[in-house]
Amino acid sequence: MSELSDLYQEVILDHNKSPRNFHKLEGATRTAEGYNPLCGDKVTVYIKLEGGVIKEISFEGSGCAISKASASMMTDSLKGKTLAEAEGLFEAVHKMLKGEMDSDADLLGIGKLAVLSGVCNFPARVKCASLSWHTFRAALQGGGGMTSTE
Amino acid sequence: MKPAHEVTDAKSWRGARSPLDVARIREDFPILKRQVHGKPLVYLDNAATGQKPQVVIDAVNRYYATENSNIHRGIHFLSEIATADYEESRAKVKRFLNASDTGEIIFVRGTTEGINLVAQSYGRRFVKQGDEILISAMEHHSNIVPWQILCEQVGARLRVVPMNHDGELLIEEYERLLNDRTKLVSVAHVSNALGTVNPVKQLVEMAHRRKIPVLLDGAQAAPHMKVDVQELGCDFYAFSGHKLFGPTGIGILYGKSKHLEAMPPYQGGGDMISLVTFEKTHYNILPYKFEAGTPHIAGGVGLGAAVDYLSGIGLEAVTAYEKELLAYATEALCTVQGLRIIGTAKEKAAVLSFVLDGVHPHDIGTVLDQEGVAIRAGHHCAMPVMQRFGVPATARASFAFYNTKEEVDVLVRAVHKVLKVFR
Repeated sequence: MSELSDLYQEVILDHNKSPRNFHKLEGATRTAEGYNPLCGDKVTVYIKLEGGVIKEISFEGSGCAISKASASMMTDSLKGKTLAEAEGLFEAVHKMLKGEMDSDADLLGIGKLAVLSGVCNFPARVKCASLSWHTFRAALQGGGGMTSTE
Repeated sequence: MKPAHEVTDAKSWRGARSPLDVARIREDFPILKRQVHGKPLVYLDNAATGQKPQVVIDAVNRYYATENSNIHRGIHFLSEIATADYEESRAKVKRFLNASDTGEIIFVRGTTEGINLVAQSYGRRFVKQGDEILISAMEHHSNIVPWQILCEQVGARLRVVPMNHDGELLIEEYERLLNDRTKLVSVAHVSNALGTVNPVKQLVEMAHRRKIPVLLDGAQAAPHMKVDVQELGCDFYAFSGHKLFGPTGIGILYGKSKHLEAMPPYQGGGDMISLVTFEKTHYNILPYKFEAGTPHIAGGVGLGAAVDYLSGIGLEAVTAYEKELLAYATEALCTVQGLRIIGTAKEKAAVLSFVLDGVHPHDIGTVLDQEGVAIRAGHHCAMPVMQRFGVPATARASFAFYNTKEEVDVLVRAVHKVLKVFR
């Protein structure tokens, strides 16, 4: 049986209560809005790119604990990363949320984000955790449109 | 004058049915015996769909196992009994709604298709550029979007009756919005997100004074209260089979004959015609004009069984019992610190939408699910309602006659567990 405490770990509850980088970013070079029509979660991701490096990143929006914590932790872990590193992290998180991590070594590679690994046991919540990441990617790819998890 | 003993019998018969013997009723629903995450299932998502009694499951099984064939065309034995069963279901629904004719009972996929049928058939024929369609601020998306599509097609305007902070329609605003350009009113009998029971008889009367027809979305009403379309006076009434403890994929659109006769077909195909040549097609009589193609026959048969089952329990008893459950649950939930109920109309069906300070409804839903409690968390396909109350979503517990006060207690304990996780 999936345990609630695996899903709602202390770190996640903390990011939910006090999300990091939770504001609009003045001078953002990339931005995108993400939306989960199933539960109404909304997120806007702001990025300031400089020479292929994520100089600054922030988010705004409303959503459940999982989506808010995931967005908060995402911004923490992406700050200062190159685009290639960010893409690698996106792939790793995606794999983790789908429960396709091959080994614990893979989990180590994504650092603090590993606290979200419990989400894969709650299929209905995977989209909550992946919303900010999809929105981040959409912001990089430009277009500025609305990203949906559906 | 009736003999005295008959009167006595009728009274004692009613007396025997109410209050409900819920323990016995629960035996009729196999799914209520199952466990979820190791806990007994507490199913409080009845506004999304109702559970199915064994008699409905058996009716669908029996149809496929012993009668399966196509209807209205075969001259063989199976087709004859299948047709008879399907049409008997239509007659049952006619009695259930107290319609005046079986020709007024159209089988559709569900409430959504019923409303779309009226929008595209009645609407495209009778609603012109500059006309207005009037809906309310508490509608489900399925009673908003079909009208937006129609308005775009014909150049009409969609207008919305506002509600107060309890989730009650503002009748004086409704009166003000009814005008010569209004060509149709379409409102929910009961709100799915708030539980409000609208004063639909009054709304119909007010519209009829201006000769404006009224469609009632009965998806949340028909499973929980007696609906008499002649008494309500409505022109159209739509409901879904699956919320009424019948199969999915089947529903009913009731329409007054005078409207249905004047309306063009909704879809073309087999069954809805009486004669086809390449030059001209003559449409079939009511209700078949609106039933193109092979329908969901098993669903229709199952819906007939569901209607029988619900009528057997008695809708007056169901309404009274659910009212009691609602009062009990409302009082119990109100004791939870930081919990706010969204939808506090005086006239309410057993739907409890709520929010908890600092906890998103989606998280409430997950914690409750781990306790075996099934509720809905989200916008309930009524995003404008969420905007009206300034919340992104709500948690919603919705009850049926097979729910118990003990289950309400489990719900309240589970909500306390949510607080423990998040505070």
